[in-house]
Amino acid sequence: MLESLVADTATVAEPTRRDFLYIATGAAAAIGGASLVWPFVSSMAPDAATVAAGAPIEVDLAPIPAGQIVKVFWRGKLVFVRHRTEDEIKAADDVNVASLRDPQPDSARVKPGKAEWLIVYGNCTHLGCVPLGQQGEYKGWFCPCHGSIFDTSGRVRGGPAPINLPIPPYTFVSDTTVRIGEGAATA
Amino acid sequence: MNEYHHPTAYVPKSSFAKWFESRLPVIGLIHSSFVAFPVPRNLTYFWTFGAVLTFMLVAQIVTGVFLAMYYTPNADMAFQSVEHIMRDVNYGWLLRYLHANGASMFFVAVYIHIFRNFYYGSYKAPREILFILGVIIFLLMMATAFMGYVLPWGQMSYWGATVITNLFSAIPLVGDTVVSFLWGGYSVGNPTLNRFFSLHFLLPFMIFGVVILHVWALHVPGNNNPTGIPIKSGKDAVPFHPYMTVKDGFSLVTFLIFFAWWVFYLPNYLGHADNYIPANPAVTPSHIVPEWYFLPFYAILRAIPDKLGGVVAMVSAILIWCFLPWLDTSRIRSTAYRPLYKQFFWVFFVVCVLLGWLGSKPAEGGYVIAARICTAYYFLHFLIILPVLGFIERPLPLPSSILDSVMGVQKSGAGMPAGAAAEPSTKG
Repeated sequence: MLESLVADTATVAEPTRRDFLYIATGAAAAIGGASLVWPFVSSMAPDAATVAAGAPIEVDLAPIPAGQIVKVFWRGKLVFVRHRTEDEIKAADDVNVASLRDPQPDSARVKPGKAEWLIVYGNCTHLGCVPLGQQGEYKGWFCPCHGSIFDTSGRVRGGPAPINLPIPPYTFVSDTTVRIGEGAATA
Repeated sequence: MNEYHHPTAYVPKSSFAKWFESRLPVIGLIHSSFVAFPVPRNLTYFWTFGAVLTFMLVAQIVTGVFLAMYYTPNADMAFQSVEHIMRDVNYGWLLRYLHANGASMFFVAVYIHIFRNFYYGSYKAPREILFILGVIIFLLMMATAFMGYVLPWGQMSYWGATVITNLFSAIPLVGDTVVSFLWGGYSVGNPTLNRFFSLHFLLPFMIFGVVILHVWALHVPGNNNPTGIPIKSGKDAVPFHPYMTVKDGFSLVTFLIFFAWWVFYLPNYLGHADNYIPANPAVTPSHIVPEWYFLPFYAILRAIPDKLGGVVAMVSAILIWCFLPWLDTSRIRSTAYRPLYKQFFWVFFVVCVLLGWLGSKPAEGGYVIAARICTAYYFLHFLIILPVLGFIERPLPLPSSILDSVMGVQKSGAGMPAGAAAEPSTKG
C-alpha cells in the first residue's frame, strides 16, 4: 500500500571494476597529456638569453643638456629620456588636469625632485609610430602618422591617440645615472 | 581477393552529425577504418609497429616544428642556434633530445616493421602495392634523416653531407652537374644547409601523404596475420576497437618507455661525439660514420671497390625489396609454415646485423672481406635463395582457419570448445 505513495525508482548499480579502471585511465591520460603539452608551451616563453638581455639598462644623464631628448632601447622598446627646460616643466604643470583626455598631473609622471627628467616610452599610443620631439602645438611630441599631439609631459592633447605616453619603470642610481627597467612604476 | 564486408556501419545519431556526415563522411570513414575494421584475432605485437610508426612521425613533426622556432639554417649560426636551444630555450634540451633520439626510434620501429613483413610474407599478393608504398616511405625517411643530421652543422653533419652528396658524382655524364646543383655551390656550404632545412621540413609531410596511401592500400585486403591465411569468417576476426586500439596503446607505451630511456639516460649514445665540434671544411674526422640506421647500407657501399658500383649496390639493396613479391615464389605466406626458409631467414637477419656492425668499422683488412661476403649473401638471398626455395620447399600444413590456429584443433575436448570464446566482430 505504501509503495503507491512513493515514486518508482531504480536502484543504482554498484560501481564496477571497469568503472574504476575507466576513471583511473582517464585521470592518468589527463595528467599524462598535460605533462606532455607543458614543455612545448613553456618552450615558447622568452628563453633564458632573451630574459638576460631584458635586464635593466643604465643611462648616463651627465652629457644630456637641457632641452635634448635621447633615445634608448630597453627590451626592444624605444624609450625617450628628455631633459626638460624650466619652461617645459612650467608648461606641463600649467594645465587643467581634469580637461585632459587621459587625466594625469605632471608630478605623477616624474620622480620627486627630478622633474627635469621625463622618461617615457617612445611609441605613439595610437598605432605605434615614433613621434617627433619638440614638435606639435605644445612642443612635446607630434606623431606624423595620424596627427597625435603630446605635451611636454608626454600626455596626449590631440589626435587619435587614446592615452598618454606610458612610463617605464626606472630609478635614479645617482643624480647623473638612471636605471631603466628597475623600480616601482612612476604612474 | 578477400573483401570482408564490415558488419557495423556508422550511423550518425545527432542531427548535427547527420548534417555533417551527409556533406563530408569523415566520421563514418574513421569508424569503418579504425573502429569497426575487422582484424585477424591472432595478431601479435609485431602488428603494432604501424601505429608506433605513425605516432613517431607525428612526434618528429611536432618536436621539429618547435625546434624550427629557434633553429637558424645559416652556416655561420646553425651550430650556435642548436646550442642556444640546448642551453637557453625552456625545455629546449628536451625538444632536441626527443627529436634526435626520436629519429633513431623511428628507424628501430621501421626495421622491426620491415622484418615482420619479410617473415610473414606480408609483401605477397594482394599486398604488393602496399609493400612498395612502404619502400617509398622508407626512402623518404632516409632522405629526411640524412638532411636532418646535416642541420646542426657539426663535423659529422658537414662531412657526412660531403660524402653522401659526392656519391652522385658517380652518375655517368651528368654526375658532377647533379652534385653542384645539390650543393648550390662548389662545395657543401650555406646554400646546401638552407635547402636541406627547407626539404627536411617538407619531406615529413610527403611521408604523411604516402602513409595515408599505405593505410588505404592496407585496408583493401585487410591485415595479414601470423598464419598467412586470410580471414574466412567472422570468427576469425575481432573489431579494431577495442582489441587493436588497446594492443597498439600498450605497445606504444612500452615503446615510449624505451624511447624515454634513451632521451633521459643516454641522449648522446646513439650519436657521434664529433658532431659537437663545429663544422671545419679543412679537417676531416678520422672515421666518418653515418648514424647507426644507415650502417648496413654504408657497408654495402664500401664493399664494392668501384665508385659507381658501390652506389649502384647500395641503392639496389633497397630497390630490390620492390621486387620481393615476385622474387618469392612460395605459395605459402608465413615463414612459420616454411621450416626450410625459416633457417635462411634467420641467416639473412644475422647478415643484415653483421653488415650494420661492419659499417661502423674502418674499411680495412678483414672487415672489407667480411663486408664483401655479407653483401654477396644479401643479394644471393633475394636473387637465388628466395626464388628457388619457393619451388623446392615442402611447407608445413596450414591451419584450416585463423580461429583454429588460435583455439587449437578441438579433438579430445582439451581447452575451450571452439567458438565459445569472446564474441568477435559482431559487437556494435
